[in-house]
Amino acid sequence: MDDLNIMLILPEIFLALTGMGFLMLGVFQGNRSTDVICWSACVSFVIAAVLLMKGDWSTQYILNDMLVMDQFAGVMKLLILLGLIASLALSVQYLYQERIARFEYPVLVVFAGIGMMLMVSANNFLSLYMALELQSLALYVLAAFHRNSLRSGEAATKYFILGALSSGMLLFGISLIYGFVGSVDFTTVQNTLANLPLIPPGVVVGMVFVLVAMAFKISAVPFHMWTPDVYEGAPTCVTAFFAIVPKIAALGLLMRLLFGPFAPAADQWMQILYFMSIASLVVGSFAAIAQDNIKRLFAYSSIGNMGYAMIGIVAGTSQGVGAVLVFLFIYLAMTAGSFSIILFMRRNGLAVEKISDLSGFSKNNPILAYSMAVLMFSMSGIPPLAGFFGKLFIFQAAIESELYVLATLGILASVVAAYYYLRIIKVMFFDEAADPFDEGMNLGKRVVLLISMLLVFGFIFSPNTILDGAMIAATSLF
Amino acid sequence: MNMPPILSIMIFLPLICAAMVALIRGEKGEEAIVEKNIKHLSLFGSLFILAFGLFMYQNFDPKASGFQFEEQYTWFQSAGISYHLGIDGISVFFILLSVFLTPICILASWNSVKTRIKEYMIAFLVLESFMIGTFAALDSILFYVFFEGVLIPMFLIIGIWGGKNRVYASYKFFLYTLLGSVLMLLALLMLYVQTGTTDIPTLIANPVGFEMQKWIWLAFFASFAVKMPMWPVHTWLPDAHVEAPTAGSVILAGVLLKMGGYGFLRFSVPMLPEASLYYAEFVMWFSVIAIIYTSLVALVQEDMKKLIAYSSVAHMGFVTLGIFSFTQQGLEGAVFQMISHGVISAALFLCVGVVYDRLHTREIGSYGGLVKNMPIYATFFMIFTLGSVGLPGTSGFVGEFLSLLGTFQVNTVVAAFATTGVVLGAAYMLVLYRRVIFGPQDNKDAAEMKDLTPMEKSIFIPLAILVFYLGVFPNVVLSRISPAVTEIVSIYEAVEATPEQASFGPENTNTEEEEGE
Repeated sequence: MDDLNIMLILPEIFLALTGMGFLMLGVFQGNRSTDVICWSACVSFVIAAVLLMKGDWSTQYILNDMLVMDQFAGVMKLLILLGLIASLALSVQYLYQERIARFEYPVLVVFAGIGMMLMVSANNFLSLYMALELQSLALYVLAAFHRNSLRSGEAATKYFILGALSSGMLLFGISLIYGFVGSVDFTTVQNTLANLPLIPPGVVVGMVFVLVAMAFKISAVPFHMWTPDVYEGAPTCVTAFFAIVPKIAALGLLMRLLFGPFAPAADQWMQILYFMSIASLVVGSFAAIAQDNIKRLFAYSSIGNMGYAMIGIVAGTSQGVGAVLVFLFIYLAMTAGSFSIILFMRRNGLAVEKISDLSGFSKNNPILAYSMAVLMFSMSGIPPLAGFFGKLFIFQAAIESELYVLATLGILASVVAAYYYLRIIKVMFFDEAADPFDEGMNLGKRVVLLISMLLVFGFIFSPNTILDGAMIAATSLF
Repeated sequence: MNMPPILSIMIFLPLICAAMVALIRGEKGEEAIVEKNIKHLSLFGSLFILAFGLFMYQNFDPKASGFQFEEQYTWFQSAGISYHLGIDGISVFFILLSVFLTPICILASWNSVKTRIKEYMIAFLVLESFMIGTFAALDSILFYVFFEGVLIPMFLIIGIWGGKNRVYASYKFFLYTLLGSVLMLLALLMLYVQTGTTDIPTLIANPVGFEMQKWIWLAFFASFAVKMPMWPVHTWLPDAHVEAPTAGSVILAGVLLKMGGYGFLRFSVPMLPEASLYYAEFVMWFSVIAIIYTSLVALVQEDMKKLIAYSSVAHMGFVTLGIFSFTQQGLEGAVFQMISHGVISAALFLCVGVVYDRLHTREIGSYGGLVKNMPIYATFFMIFTLGSVGLPGTSGFVGEFLSLLGTFQVNTVVAAFATTGVVLGAAYMLVLYRRVIFGPQDNKDAAEMKDLTPMEKSIFIPLAILVFYLGVFPNVVLSRISPAVTEIVSIYEAVEATPEQASFGPENTNTEEEEGE
């Protein structure tokens, strides 16, 4: 029994049980119980977070090395849980407003959450695949959640087809690695590769396939094509979810792979990530300029942000990984805050999502408009707001690893990105007023926005807890 | 004596004040009272901060070299970045300038800003906090935070309360300066990686290698040259000035431009002495081009604000000349010129604001003969015009003269060209003055404009007093700047001595100086 260490995945087990409980409740109570389930799911995420914090974060293997629990996994899971709580709290009111408040929504979020938490704990290509599919299947359904809407269906279909393709590539890559190394266990793969004088080409090809699949999940250019369409088509609350949580989980998994089994092949994967990072930065910042739909804009913004995160990974040091973790935390806070306002954008009972719809927001609703402005300034990386520090540490790590070209390109891309974030501020503050949005922002959105603002403003005052936590987590990966 | 953390207090007081302004609310129908309360609170808050500034000035030891009022707390523990504040003879005057101009800006907007007065005052108070922070920071990342943070309130001030073309101007201002600044951020990180510290005094004491210095210098230059602004990256300035509300122009010309010069003095010059020497000639020629070219451009402007904006670029040219002469006089002159320009250009923009509020046009041709109906205005305008021209007895003279003197010792040709800028400066300022104040009263509306109100007088009087006071007693400022400047000069003497002893011998420097004299 010693090898099982099952208590270390107690939060996941707890969530799985509550998830099934919610499913039962929903089946018996029907859609009347949606809001109850939503809020109880939030509570169960909080309980899971508490269980996680109470647990042991020293490096230990679970279920005969299928999973691993370490500082890195602990921090990533905490981030994922935070993201889950935030995105679910944002969703409730929107679901009712759009008349899609079906009880499956929170249940699917819970299952996706379990998948993501297991992803960042994976220590075996098989458990990786299982966890990844658990979250992906839940996400495909979520994208189609507005089933009467053509666009939602289209988005889900696109997402599913491309997602299935990437899963296929992942499996193919894994089988190649298995064929050349003879194991699917991360530790064994790493040790075997480290002892070889030369990485076998088959393993390199396999690794490339695995990386392609991962790039699809984090929507890194050139595997980003689905992102704008899915973000635009999916119900906005699902878009918020997509923008926040799966990105974090997939990046966590990517880092675990790159600094775990693929660490001996660092020379090979660094080139790939180097390229993807530049491409994501360029596409993310330039393509966003032309968007007039705010959800599409955020799709490109998230592509660009993944570009920054990849700079930290390419740095290849624990400094870099720590910077990525801080960056993700701040990205989570800013994105959740921004979506609480995007979800608020409704006129005459209908959701509006053009950037121009925000015009005059500052007149009609100054507090929200200023919050949005602060978030946008933070996203474009202007100090003293938190977004600046997220980028600062990434660039610091990049320069320490002598990635001068990458750092320069990244920082120039941030100037281009500033342009489109400023456009949102411009529309809200400088343009003539349009009709006000519908009143009524529910408690969930208010709380998320408030916490996000506190983090964006407050990071500068007490950054040390977060930084130290990130550094410890990053070190455990090496 | 145990001093209170006066610099922190000065940085955070405006923020607290802004928060209090944000909390002022009123019932429907009480808008007028609320507005009055907001204005009064901001004014008294900024005056209170001014009092703190004067207290700081009183306690500032003029003879001591090094930094005073130092405060240091750990901030980013793992990265070794600290919250380190302190001022020397250079920064003390920039802080005074900031706290002096903020109440003036608030007074200047008393009646002219009619919409969103609350946000407006908050923006100015936040701006004040960041400006003080920029000049007081002794940690490079902390400096960057304040330096860049200034963009947020300024972007909103231009964009919300600006003129017709404000969106274009605010974008241009923001993106131009951001592009320069981010390159500086990379350079700061580079310095950090090379030396393992972000502490400015430590960075000054431990310069990096020459090859690295060259790169870092260029990145710093990108940032500070845009902020100054130097030719050819000055094009954002006329747009920003023309579109900004009067108080925005005042603070932009009065303080924000000085951040560039201050950056040179705090970073490029002391931290990268070899690179600064290497590029000095290049900067000097750029400054000369700036002085002559922008003066000529100013000569043909039809828009009053644009004219003064271009004159700012020309005046900043003298500052860079003085800085990159690396002589005691040149550097002192550069700092003095910045302070004097901060007062004079602020006053000139206020002068434009006065007539703009009445006639709502900045076109020079719309005015004329104002001396008849606005004699007091004409007097004040003349004082500031002459100050800008650099008439002896006004503060403008001291700065220009000293920086030219410093330049002359190093590079006679450049100094000769730069001196033509003084003549051109007199030309465009006097043309402006003649066309606005004298001449026939063609425009009936302009002829009916009322003279200065008591409030406007109360704004101009302290500015006018300062112009004369600094012009007649420049030593008040110069004696305090001097220890800090001496430190910079001594760095250069050391640098110049080392390589030349190897190649030319010490006589060489002497002959050069004699030739210069």
